[in-house]
Amino acid sequence: MEERITLQVARYRPEQESKPTFEEYEVPLREEWAVLDGLNYVKDRLDGTLSYRWSCRMGICGSCGMTVNGEPVLTCAAFLSDFAPGPVRVEPLRNFPVIRDLVIEMTDFVHKLGRVKPWIVADDEAPPEGAHGEYLQTPEELEEYHQYSMCINCMLCYSACPVYGLDQSFVGPAAIALAQRYNMDSRDAGNALRMAELSGHDGVWGCTFVGECTSACPKGVDPAGAIQRYKVTAATEAAKSLLLPRAAEK
Amino acid sequence: MSTSTDPGFQARLYRPPVPRFWWARRRSYLLFILRELSSLFVAWFVAYLLVLAYAVGQSESAYQRFLDWSANPFMIALNAVALGFAVLHAVTFFQAAPQATVVRLRGRRVPPTLLAGPIFAAWVVVSGFLIWLVVLA
Repeated sequence: MEERITLQVARYRPEQESKPTFEEYEVPLREEWAVLDGLNYVKDRLDGTLSYRWSCRMGICGSCGMTVNGEPVLTCAAFLSDFAPGPVRVEPLRNFPVIRDLVIEMTDFVHKLGRVKPWIVADDEAPPEGAHGEYLQTPEELEEYHQYSMCINCMLCYSACPVYGLDQSFVGPAAIALAQRYNMDSRDAGNALRMAELSGHDGVWGCTFVGECTSACPKGVDPAGAIQRYKVTAATEAAKSLLLPRAAEK
Repeated sequence: MSTSTDPGFQARLYRPPVPRFWWARRRSYLLFILRELSSLFVAWFVAYLLVLAYAVGQSESAYQRFLDWSANPFMIALNAVALGFAVLHAVTFFQAAPQATVVRLRGRRVPPTLLAGPIFAAWVVVSGFLIWLVVLA
């Protein structure tokens, strides 16, 4: 007889209930199965109405973030056997409105991401110097931002962040880490453009360094470190503009 | 097609309430709340120091009244609690500082944990000097 484990899955069907309830499903407990495999089993065999997001199954796409036994995790990387003998409680990511079952509404995050301009802003006065018109970069320059470039926009950090939970206007960990990913890129000239967003009212100063974003990050990005580093940058720039107002304008 | 700005779509969203005791959920959240609270006690110490400076500036008897006021049990208890919070504030600040500071040695970033050592050592030395200056000297 195959071993089984119980999933307690949050269900929210807005057409029939005003708040989430839990439903239990028994799924096979296989060594190689992640929580996502258990959910796929439920969807395929037990209850086709269950809604959740997923795509790559290998920790790259950032779609399958959920709250498992109270922790924000990628369900493709959380193995059922680690929760044996169960039950395993699967809920949507915290700090986000829920559309249905395990599917959260992420428009707020997507807008914030756009606001920090997470792309290379070219400097028109310093064209690429490579022989074929490409930007050149040393391994040391790559090392500066490489860690931050690993972000997969999975939003686990927003789910773990109590500041974002209490004040949704906070730009939040991933958006700031991604802004830093470009600020620290030697090819980028967009530092000043991002400053208003990052050092403004809803920017880095909202962070009180709880550090849970870094603990939750499945890719080792360290958003908390990025935010603290940007605080130093923002404070230095503010001091500069106060002491040397003309130099800051240039 | 329904979009995220449709009033109907917005109305159907479930917005989980924040539980009153959300901060008791994990140690780091509790520490976060205590650290936020610590700023009140740090502000208290600033006010206390100003009152002390004012009393010293007034007269010897004013300073003596300040000492008598400080010696009552309520003030001792308040200052003991405030000291606890000030230490928490300092320790968490010194833990945070290396994360925000990038120091490079031979092109490599010095690990933040290695930076924390000298900061705490400097804190102990300065505190030791102040204790010597105020209490022992």
